[in-house]
Amino acid sequence: MSSFGRYVIFLGSLLVRRESFKTYYKLVLEECIQIGVNSIFLFMLVSTFIGAVTTVQTAFNMVNPLIPRFVISQVVREMTVLELAPTVMALIYAGKIGSSMAGGIGTMRITEQIDALEVMGINSSSYLVLPKIIASMLMYPLLVIFSGVCSLVGGYVVGTAIHLVTPTEFVAGLRFGFNPTEISVALIKGVVFAFLISSISSFKGYFTKGGALEVGIATTEAVTASVIAILLMDYFLVNILLS
Amino acid sequence: MIKIKNISKSFGEKKVLQGINAEFEKGKTNLIIGSSGTGKSVLLKCIVGLITPDEGRVYYDLRNFTEADKDMRSEIRREIGMLFQGGALFDSKNVQENIMFPLDVLTKMTADEKLDRVNDCLKRVGLENINKKRVSEISGGMKKRVGIARAIVNNPNYLFCDEPNSGLDPQTSILIDELIHEITHELDITTIVVTHDMNSVMGIGEKIIFLYQGHKLWEGHHEEITHSGVPELDDFVFANKVMSKMRNSL
Ligand SMILES: Nc1ncnc2c1ncn2[C@@H]1O[C@H](COP(=O)(O)OP(=O)(O)O)[C@@H](O)[C@H]1O
Ligand SMILES: [Mg+2]
Repeated sequence: MSSFGRYVIFLGSLLVRRESFKTYYKLVLEECIQIGVNSIFLFMLVSTFIGAVTTVQTAFNMVNPLIPRFVISQVVREMTVLELAPTVMALIYAGKIGSSMAGGIGTMRITEQIDALEVMGINSSSYLVLPKIIASMLMYPLLVIFSGVCSLVGGYVVGTAIHLVTPTEFVAGLRFGFNPTEISVALIKGVVFAFLISSISSFKGYFTKGGALEVGIATTEAVTASVIAILLMDYFLVNILLS
Repeated sequence: MIKIKNISKSFGEKKVLQGINAEFEKGKTNLIIGSSGTGKSVLLKCIVGLITPDEGRVYYDLRNFTEADKDMRSEIRREIGMLFQGGALFDSKNVQENIMFPLDVLTKMTADEKLDRVNDCLKRVGLENINKKRVSEISGGMKKRVGIARAIVNNPNYLFCDEPNSGLDPQTSILIDELIHEITHELDITTIVVTHDMNSVMGIGEKIIFLYQGHKLWEGHHEEITHSGVPELDDFVFANKVMSKMRNSL
């Protein structure tokens, strides 16, 4: 609980703005590029495969000939929009981007780069962390949309290639009973998860003490804490948003 | 001139500094010496405000830094340059961006003015044409020089160096010490150097404060250090073989 209190105080310290808007604009832009470059390939790989595998699995489990084949793509769509794109990808985002945020800030702490910023009169927490949080909240929802598309494309390509479903059936299934609010829910989840991952990881990195070993520990802790926060928040959000 | 009055600091149960009083003079290299773990770095961090002391005050030329408001604090901070133990260069930036950084955040200079100033400082520390090198590509001694260039780029009135020659070979150590010493006199600034190296003490120690387990036990000039009459200081000074031979021959 005391660590939660420190986290809240840390978040407060980010809002004491000292640098110019232009400085933050530049930093946010740099972070966005960094995040995009570092994650896009992994996101594409994982979501395309999960989309493909889900299509195959669903098709093999549909033994009853009375169920129309377009249900396959409907199932893939629901799974993608509700859980895969926002939540499962958040776990991957925590492992890839969150850990590198914690490691990067932790290294700056133990090599006194953070002290150097403070001596120059810069609010180091807001200078280093705020751009990461804002960039994550901008980029992660885009990555959610991107992985959603990849997942559906993966399902379509594999499903039609091995004749589990015809192209017409697949597209019909995607449209059948589609509720657009699910997209909004996915994006809201995306923004919330991005905030949690980036702020928790930065927090863990920022308060690293010691040496290289402790930076490693902070990195692992950042991923663990982010994953737990994502799962709890997912449960919580689904209850609020879909009830 | 920097004056500290009755500085104390504890971490939990551990009393790291206890009632330190001292005055650091302008235009001189002031040294804080003592063996490892005696609180030298903590004292330096208390002076620059990276650590808030539990008790005591720090004055920068009669300006009370400890109880200063936000504006006064940032005014004083603008006049501070600091060289950290490992250099603390930003590894996401190249050499030129590192040195320029204080100018970017603290001044309204134009890009050309900043570049001129950076090149002047690089030349002053004996480096040229490494502007675009990454921090990971340069040697330990060069990192220290770049660190010094970054510390002096905004014309500080106060310069702080934490173990400027740790991790360097003896020859490079002497060059770095001399560089700090020369810059101090050239710019007529108040410099405080933390060190446990007797070569630095004898080479550049114009005013020396000796710390022992959180207490100040002695202060003076390096010429007086060999006959201080303080047993703890003698242990520190003559721990070095060369120094102890020198004592025996006295
Ligand atoms: N942030 C901190 N938290 C707890 N203990 C600290 C902290 N910083 C320094 N110390 C302790 O204070 C003592 C003095 O440290 P330091 O000033 O770094 O020594 P040195 O004289 O070698 O520079 C050490 O025992 C160290 O463990
Ligand atoms: Mg030290």
